[in-house]
Amino acid sequence: MAAPRIGVFICHCGTNIGGIVDVPEVVDYAKKLPYVVHAEANLYTCSEEGISAIKEAIKEYDLNRVVVASCTPRTHQPLFRNACADAGLNPYLFEFVNIREHCSWIHMHDRREATEKAKELVKMGVAKARWLEAQEEFESGVYPAAMVIGGGVAGMSAALNLANQGFEVHLVEKEPELGGRLLKLNRIFTINKAPDELVDSMVKAVQGHSKIKLHMPAVVKAASGYIGNFDVSIDEDGQETSVKVGVIIVATGAQVLEPELYSYGKLDNVLTQLGLEQRLKDGKLGEFQNVVMINCVGARIPERPYCSRLCCMTAIKNAALMKEINPKAQVYVLHRDLMTYGVEFEEYYRKAREAGVRFIRYTLSNPPQVMGAKRVEAVKVYDELMDMEVELSCNLLVLATPLIPNADNEELSKMLKVPIGDGGFFLEAHVKLRPVEFAMDGIYVAGSCRWPADIKESIAQGYAAASEAAIPLRQGAVRVEAITATVDPKTCKGCGTCVLVCPFDAIELKESKIKGLEGKIVSEVNAALCKGCGLCAAACPNRAIQQRGFTDMQLLSMVNALSGKR
Amino acid sequence: MPDIKEVQTEFKPKILAFCCNWCAYAGADLAGVSRFQMPTNVRVIRVMCSGRVPPELVIRALANGLDGVMILGCHPGDCHYSEGNYLTRRRAHVLKRLLSYIGIEPERFQLRWVSAAEGAKFSAVVKEATDKITALGPNRWVDKK
Ligand SMILES: Cc1cc2nc3c(=O)[nH]c(=O)nc-3n(C[C@H](O)[C@H](O)[C@H](O)COP(=O)(O)OP(=O)(O)OC[C@H]3O[C@@H](n4cnc5c(N)ncnc54)[C@H](O)[C@@H]3O)c2cc1C
Ligand code: FES
Repeated sequence: MAAPRIGVFICHCGTNIGGIVDVPEVVDYAKKLPYVVHAEANLYTCSEEGISAIKEAIKEYDLNRVVVASCTPRTHQPLFRNACADAGLNPYLFEFVNIREHCSWIHMHDRREATEKAKELVKMGVAKARWLEAQEEFESGVYPAAMVIGGGVAGMSAALNLANQGFEVHLVEKEPELGGRLLKLNRIFTINKAPDELVDSMVKAVQGHSKIKLHMPAVVKAASGYIGNFDVSIDEDGQETSVKVGVIIVATGAQVLEPELYSYGKLDNVLTQLGLEQRLKDGKLGEFQNVVMINCVGARIPERPYCSRLCCMTAIKNAALMKEINPKAQVYVLHRDLMTYGVEFEEYYRKAREAGVRFIRYTLSNPPQVMGAKRVEAVKVYDELMDMEVELSCNLLVLATPLIPNADNEELSKMLKVPIGDGGFFLEAHVKLRPVEFAMDGIYVAGSCRWPADIKESIAQGYAAASEAAIPLRQGAVRVEAITATVDPKTCKGCGTCVLVCPFDAIELKESKIKGLEGKIVSEVNAALCKGCGLCAAACPNRAIQQRGFTDMQLLSMVNALSGKR
Repeated sequence: MPDIKEVQTEFKPKILAFCCNWCAYAGADLAGVSRFQMPTNVRVIRVMCSGRVPPELVIRALANGLDGVMILGCHPGDCHYSEGNYLTRRRAHVLKRLLSYIGIEPERFQLRWVSAAEGAKFSAVVKEATDKITALGPNRWVDKK
């Protein structure tokens, strides 16, 4: 092996890092570290300029190791590895040091200490880089079929998109009917039409599609495997079937909060917006005079801090409709803030005002009060803008409550090994950069199971997830990160500990065929099955099994660098 | 007036945290994205799974003089590789006993679960560990040898 020649690139990330960490000082420090032959600062290492700086330096300084100290490997590792590969350096001779998420962003008030920490993190990265080795990735096949879980608009859009591209799709719907939440809605903003037309056309397309296999009513019972190769078992009407797919899209939607506020469930003229839509749809609303709607019921409170995004528009929609049905009715919407994002939405709101819907702003510290013993008769509210309390006559109270996560999200999250975030909705790989993918390769997310989304957004996310999922399906193979385990047959004693701890049955004891070791029982790793967890490497009593990219020597050298030992 | 001598010898523990790629490292990233401010004492080494960390490495780090070592992984049941963190949990138990046997305070080693969504928990864990180890004082094991 040629002597290590390490190049270190330290990113200012604009002011994200450079505003806190003294980058020039870190560069000077890096220059003095063992085997470092070049160190430089970049304004943005991930920019075109930064990337070409890496490529040029590899040539100019004959670098055989590259260390970038910037953001997180979870988003940017592939970019820098590719830069190395472009310059003819094996991409596994690259090491990432995180000095943004793990340093400048969390130590904004202590520049000195942040700089010291950045130096130490770079030192650790350089220490590991010295022991990096070139690796070859290998390919693993992708089974050309997809599973979509959830048959709402998001799920149906994703399924149709993939099926129209020619892929086989298994669509799993829990209820006996496709359509999800839309089946319960009366009419939809901003077009003011019943959702039936939209739902019917989608359902027909799904049911008539030769590439879509509908499992309904059915739920996922168990799942195992990895991108390209998932085994999913489904319970379909009491019968278990097992399906093989290459990718999975989660589109299971959300529920509507049933509040314990404003006499809901106690007085019978109190409904949720959803309840109101159902009655309107079924023609069961009956006569009404004065309507009061309250927004943000159970939302944007300390226990549930998020905005459900749809409720303002839903309230405006239904308030205007009440005015349309009974122009003599007084219709009030009591709101905290009105979220009418988007040009169309603001216009929709203006029209509701013009139609005579009144809007009153209340505050969380002074919420509306419901008056009446058997039925709601009035609502008292402190009008913030007028600075006075008003009493509104009311014979129909409608509460806008947020979408909340499905109860079985947690179960599904454990089954598929995908995370759920704060509040219980599914969590994508990156809020900005990877909106419809999970961190787990080959699994995608769309629609309101991720976050409250309206129909248009849910459809768009369904398409987005489908197009991401189509990439591995179309390529037919995925490259597997070369972080799999390797055995040194000379040191292996054939004890079988690694075989026991491997969760993927990727290791077997076999007679060695290597010259000089013929007949010796040693462990053998099946790289196609190895997922690169490194459990075997930690368990081996002889240190005969190593994980590429995370070898004992690499980890130890980082520990030693941190503790000031060579 | 603060005692000058005391200020000079203010103890700033150095703590190492092994974080699994899928949960704890992601949680640490989220803490950063959320700008949660925390003590500067903890340095992270990324491993793919908490179960990758051999106990010898933890002992080596402490024997080298680091004041504390943590392993942070996915919550039980959430390990990306199904069962890696169960191994970690079992090892941690034995490791603590081994540490006290060789004369290192077992509190210097900690195992914690941090999910990808728990940026706030990550920063709480960092604070808690820093406080705990600061209270414990410097790791004197090296000097004792
Ligand atoms: C009162 C109210 C009014 C609204 N009004 C409008 C409006 O006017 N305009 C607008 O654009 N949007 C409106 N919305 C929002 C709209 O309902 C959503 O945008 C849309 O339903 C999201 O679609 P989805 O596919 O993500 O989820 P859903 O429609 O909830 O569909 C999810 C599907 O997944 C299935 N499922 C759940 N769990 C599982 C499982 N474990 N296995 C298999 N299947 C499962 C469900 O049965 C369901 O069929 C409103 C919402 C509410 C609550
Ligand atoms: S991947 Fe996090 S503990 Fe195994």
